[in-house]
Amino acid sequence: MPLLRIDDIHLSFGGVKAINGVSINVERGSIHAIIGPNGAGKTSIFNCISSVYKPQRGAVYFEDRKLTGMKPDHVTHLGIARTFQNIALFHHMTVLDNLMLGRHQFLKRGILAGGIFLGPARTEEIENRKMVEDIIDFLEIENIRKKPVGTLAYGLRKRVELGRALALKPKLLLLDEPMAGMNLEEKEDMARFILDINEEWGVTILLIEHDLGVVMDISHRVSVLDFGVKISEGEPAEVANDPRVIKAYIGEEDDFLREMEAR
Amino acid sequence: MKEILKTHDTFPKLLVRNAETFGDRKVAMREKEFGIWQEYSWKEYHDHVKYFSLGMVSLGLAAGDHSDASFVLAEDQEQVDKILDMKEQLPKVRYIIYSDPRGMRGYKQPFLLDFKEVENFGRELEQRDPGLFEKNVARTNYEDLAFICYTSGTTGFPKGAMLAFRNFLSMAANLMEVDNKFGKDEFVSFLPLAWIGEQMMCLSSALLTGFTVNFPEKPETVQENIREIGPSIMFSPPRIWENMTSTVQVKVMDASALKRRMYNWALPVGYAYSDAVFRKEAIPPLLRLKQKLAYALVFRALKDRLGLLRIRSASTGGAALGPDVFKFFNAMGVNLKQIYGQTEISGISCIHREGDINFDSVGKPIPETEIRLSDSGEILSRSPSVFLGYYKNPEETEKTLSDGWLHSGDAGYFTKDGHLVVIDRVKDVMHLNDGTRFSPQFIENKLKFSPYIKECVCLGNQRDFIASMICIDYPNVGKWAESRRLSYTTYTDLAAKPEVLELLAKEVEKVNATLPETTRVRKFVPLYKELDADDDELTRTRKVRRAFVGERYKHVIEGMYAGEEAIPIDATIKYQDGKTSRLRTTLTVRNL
Repeated sequence: MPLLRIDDIHLSFGGVKAINGVSINVERGSIHAIIGPNGAGKTSIFNCISSVYKPQRGAVYFEDRKLTGMKPDHVTHLGIARTFQNIALFHHMTVLDNLMLGRHQFLKRGILAGGIFLGPARTEEIENRKMVEDIIDFLEIENIRKKPVGTLAYGLRKRVELGRALALKPKLLLLDEPMAGMNLEEKEDMARFILDINEEWGVTILLIEHDLGVVMDISHRVSVLDFGVKISEGEPAEVANDPRVIKAYIGEEDDFLREMEAR
Repeated sequence: MKEILKTHDTFPKLLVRNAETFGDRKVAMREKEFGIWQEYSWKEYHDHVKYFSLGMVSLGLAAGDHSDASFVLAEDQEQVDKILDMKEQLPKVRYIIYSDPRGMRGYKQPFLLDFKEVENFGRELEQRDPGLFEKNVARTNYEDLAFICYTSGTTGFPKGAMLAFRNFLSMAANLMEVDNKFGKDEFVSFLPLAWIGEQMMCLSSALLTGFTVNFPEKPETVQENIREIGPSIMFSPPRIWENMTSTVQVKVMDASALKRRMYNWALPVGYAYSDAVFRKEAIPPLLRLKQKLAYALVFRALKDRLGLLRIRSASTGGAALGPDVFKFFNAMGVNLKQIYGQTEISGISCIHREGDINFDSVGKPIPETEIRLSDSGEILSRSPSVFLGYYKNPEETEKTLSDGWLHSGDAGYFTKDGHLVVIDRVKDVMHLNDGTRFSPQFIENKLKFSPYIKECVCLGNQRDFIASMICIDYPNVGKWAESRRLSYTTYTDLAAKPEVLELLAKEVEKVNATLPETTRVRKFVPLYKELDADDDELTRTRKVRRAFVGERYKHVIEGMYAGEEAIPIDATIKYQDGKTSRLRTTLTVRNL
């Protein structure tokens, strides 16, 4: 049984068909990538998974529970966390506070107990802080623990956002262009983190990424979208040689073609 | 301290003694991890040593095994990788032991062991052979080889200096007679443990007195962690003190006008006060009052920010520290002392005495240490701390220890009041064509006091004039550029800006004004990259390796002396992961 099952979803905004009958199975423990030209519907799929959008037809299932129609915060409760294409962090809060906020939904004590910081509320806070410190150690961001996110460089913010998603202790992590706008060194670090999260923490990863070098290197499986339709799926090598994929990209992204050929 | 040495004369014996005396009641070490200072008591320290050493014994480590090492300890995956890369050249290595298992899941080699696994082997061996550890400890002797400490290699390839327990412990005990340390002291260790300075603090001194050694969380958090601990003793090479000075200078530039004025008023007061103390003059009451005010308003806060508020004894060593930096710290009330020593004498042979600080000198010899000068002016020393010799290098040993004295290779002289002054390395003292003698290091230290100059190399041996290659301080010059709305992309780009060239020219001229006419810097060129220990241009303690740098930048140097205005560069830059990239730019020579 796949961990996540996207079953023939259709989504349109007025007359624009963003997703036109896409089905994808994400296997437990895998790194699965979704690629495709701009406007292919990749981020819309993420929004359908986290139940921000409701597809007009079809549904998304996580561990055989139907996500479609659920409230977005319930989806996170089930163990799905995500990062965004444009970083979504609180800029005036410190890195630590942003990560602690990621644990917010697990806090069971109320305002009063938390305010007095006694007994169970205290124990709870310490437990959560421990978890967050594990993440800080894992992502090697000790030196910026107390810095406001707004003062950090872009690459670091991306890392903090990943940390915030990890703080949810997800079973499935949705990464929307985790490497966009990064330099080579930052990309390599990020690729390392993604692999470590997958292999050491056993988190299943679904990612959207434009850097095809990275996608082909780290993914177990790749789905290719074009104009809201899945045109190919398979292991990276298979996809790279699929004539439909090459055709979809001709004239639009020569880089893609060249890169594919180089492989 | 020497009393203790009569009964406990080796590191293991001292460790056992400390574990018995302090047990779980006193912290031996702290390391910051997961945002918390994790503490290890003397008992825990002892137990780790016990089981780890037994573990290695069970894997076949025998007494007398040392270099040509069969065991390698590596911190993490990155370090393990380095050893695996050269494993074929290390046929004697049987086990590689790592302490941080992160990222090691994919490594299946049977010779890779987790630190904890080895401790478990030790526990098993303890079951089979109880009392073995105690027997091993008892077998250690004062005269035994304790450690092979590699010299930093400022002047050539590193050499393995063999040091006995006697060397280490007599040095520590003698030093304490003139610069005492106590069990309640706090020390922060943030430099490579392979450096003799760290060995002498973290091992000999800490074991002898039982003070607490603190390890920071990450290299990037050192400054923050020092402030959290508030150490009472500190020993660092000049680089660290220089960094602190330039941090302060830059932060002051960013501060509000009121704060800036307070600082600019207080600093000269501090200088005047410390100058009077250095000259051992009576301090005028007005100056005393001003100093009190300056301390209350500025220096106390400054010390606190730097984490130096509780410093009782601070010293610098390993290379010469510019007098300006020296004065700076003494002005704000940190009694920074210069030490002198070398790996071959287990660390320290001279230190300033309390209240007898002269920032041109390195102080007086510690007890049981004789120092004299050879006919050529080389500093020679003799003490119980002089090493046993270089490992597998009798030729160098013979040269360094000829006629019973340790030859330092440093040129120096004694002042009238018995202070030793070190000029420079004997072979680094340079001569211009007209015969003028000068010490490049002396000029470099003056230049490096500028917040905009991170590193520089002065040239001029057998030339007509002195020229210099300068590495800008990237963050500080970057900040300066931003405040002038000067855009730049990379280090190379910033260093090549004509505005930056003028900024540097002003800084060099300031220094030139303090130098004699004959030894002024006539030309300089800003380099396109920072000097880096990874490129073999600096030692790990950040000293410039002149020969190497001279060879590498040969055409830059020749260009400057040939009178070229612009020097084209076509260099290959090597990154840490082994990738290379090509860099093309032009360096502009600035005449003064």
